[in-house]
Amino acid sequence: MQVTIRLFARLREITGSGELAREVPTPADAQAVWEALAQEFPALEQYRPVISCAVNEQYAKFDTPLTEGDEVAFLPPVSGGGGFGARD
Amino acid sequence: MTLEPLDLVQTAQAVTSPDCGAVATFVGVVRDHNQGRPVRSLDYECYEPLAVKSLERIAAEAAVEWPGARLAIAHRVGSLQIGDASVVIAAASPHRADAFAACRYAIERVKQIVPIWKHEHFDGGETWIEGATADPDDEAAKRIARERARK
Repeated sequence: MQVTIRLFARLREITGSGELAREVPTPADAQAVWEALAQEFPALEQYRPVISCAVNEQYAKFDTPLTEGDEVAFLPPVSGGGGFGARD
Repeated sequence: MTLEPLDLVQTAQAVTSPDCGAVATFVGVVRDHNQGRPVRSLDYECYEPLAVKSLERIAAEAAVEWPGARLAIAHRVGSLQIGDASVVIAAASPHRADAFAACRYAIERVKQIVPIWKHEHFDGGETWIEGATADPDDEAAKRIARERARK
């Protein structure tokens, strides 16, 4: 099945694109998509322990089953707000 | 979520109502230093649809925690300079204690779960600021936000 992969911040820089279309074997979950992507871009691998994922614009677990056309987003640790860290 | 400069008064007006005797506000501003080095500017990037949903979720959480409190949160993205407001929060409530608490809770949760990323430019380089692994269902993170709100 075809899925759309969205990447942000450092992950986007590693792959060179914020949006990728990829074919993955069925059945697939977000983890399978990540693993395929990390094989293609090995520099991604180290981020797995700290990233979150979202499926179709909702936070999701990595074992969420995917269906054709789903959008899977991988999110590095977030840093919104005004300061720089938790203490700010 | 907006690329435009934030408007504190407009944000506060969005939550003001006749039954609210208090509106607490918070403005997060781009600071000129981080970890002992001067910062030149910041770029903010977001995953907009999920960011908006996350902000709505924070407002809903606060409404459960402090019944009667209402939140408005505006976050700017794009290229910001030192002194620019990156986030504006207004919390309205019948009484001030809940308004202050809901406002503090909101900024803590923004930092925990809203998919926004800061790219820092400093003299001689640039780096992504990586804060919290976002998990909106993480009860420990919620508890920390609640504790800070009630300080």
